[in-house]
This record gives sequence, C-alpha cells and structure tokens, in this order.
Amino acid sequence: MAEETKAPTAHAGASGGESRPERSGGDRPERSGPPRGPRPGGGPGGPREGGRKFFRRKKVCKFCVEKIEAVNYKDVRLLAQFVAESGKITPRRLTGVCTPHQRRLSRAIKQARNIALLPFAGRAQ
Amino acid sequence: MNRNYELMFIVRPDMVDEDLNKLISTLESSVTSAGGTAKSEVWGKRRLAYRVGKFNDGIFVLMLIEAAGAVVHEVERRLRVTEPVIKFLTVRTDEELKRLDKIKKLRDSKKKASAQPAAVAAPVTPATPEAATETPASAPV
Repeated sequence: MAEETKAPTAHAGASGGESRPERSGGDRPERSGPPRGPRPGGGPGGPREGGRKFFRRKKVCKFCVEKIEAVNYKDVRLLAQFVAESGKITPRRLTGVCTPHQRRLSRAIKQARNIALLPFAGRAQ
Repeated sequence: MNRNYELMFIVRPDMVDEDLNKLISTLESSVTSAGGTAKSEVWGKRRLAYRVGKFNDGIFVLMLIEAAGAVVHEVERRLRVTEPVIKFLTVRTDEELKRLDKIKKLRDSKKKASAQPAAVAAPVTPATPEAATETPASAPV
C-alpha cells in the first residue's frame, strides 16, 4: 500500500510542477486581487506590465457554456478533459468549472474509475 | 416501487458471443420475471484503464433496468457468482433523469417564450445593431 500511495503522489508532484508555473502565474493575481485593494490598471484579463503578451481569458464553465447537463460516467472523452495526466481530477480553479458541475463531474469520474473506463492513477494504457 | 438503474458490467475478453448472449438473456429474464424491464447494449471489446486481475481488455455490457431495488440486488448477486464477469457497476438514474427532464422542459418553455417576442420585436432590432456598431468604433479613438 505504501508503494502505491507513494507512486501517484510523486507522479502528481512532478506533473503539478510542470503545469503550475504557467497557470498559477496568471491565476494568482486574479484571485488575490480583491482583498488587497485596487489593482494597478486593467481589469481581470486586461493587459499587464511585465512582458505579458497575451490577454488572460476569463475562465468559464464548459458545462454551462455548452449546456451539457448530463455528466455521465460513460462519456469518457468528456471526463478525460478534466483529469490530469496523473489521473487526478483537475481542480476547479484550473478548469473554471462551476461548483454544481464540478460536483457532478467528480462523481462521474469516480464512477468511471470504478468500472475501469478511467485510470485511478497514471495514464490509461 | 420501480426505479431506473444503469448496470454496467465487464466480462472477460475471451468470452464467446454465444455465452455472453446467454448470460445477458438470463439476467434480463430474471428482471422481467420480477416485474421489471431491461434493455441491454453490448459495447464490445474495449481496453481497460487499468489491469483487472490478469486482463487488460474486457467486453463492456450496459443494461438499462427499470425495476425495484431488490431485483437489482439479485442481479448483482448473480453477477458476483458468474465467473466471467470481472467488474460491474450499478448506478441509479431515476432522479437524474427527472432532473434532466425538468431542465429540458424549462428550456423548451424559454425557447417558445423567446421566439414570440422576437417576432414582434424584429422591426425594432435593426436599429440597435447600428448603434452598437457605432459605439465601439468611436470608443478607441
């Protein structure tokens, strides 16, 4: 068991390290902005100093936008978009999925894992 | 009290079609004899996301059941004792279906409601896009 638990975390740590810098770099100011008071210039997604070339798009819930109401464990292709390479469920703050849909999504992913449609850890063979 | 269930099970990949059909029909008949309805759908051979026992693939079968909980329980017991079945999952879907129905109805009613005013407001709308196109053009200058 110890081996099993160790392997995924190590894996996740590595993949998290890869993906985090580019994502959280833009994410953090947006989230921590309001409590720290007014931000210098530009709304969320506006151009920012510091060599940032691209507009930061506001993340929206895929399920709300595309009006996907049925989040089903059988739809592996849909679910796979919200699973990290390590097999973990991607957090809401990275995907932008709204809370009610994330709840359904995570349940569906867990069901899909149980019936071997999605992996518990690591990539599907 | 009948409810809707989705029962998915995986049988070993080397199972012959004949045996599979026999298994499915026995399961279906056990449901129908208890006063429910069952519909099966064979997905065919698929790769498993992880190894189960010594298998890397399996034949996926989806069964839509409308029956009481006790019937599903019995079907599950049968699956457990049937050796070629390597995995199964039962999901209750009646509440989800009800919810989806409600959403669909709501959307339909909204569509109808929006379709009628749109026809009435049609002569008015051409004026507004012009105004809308003018403002963005002047804003950057």
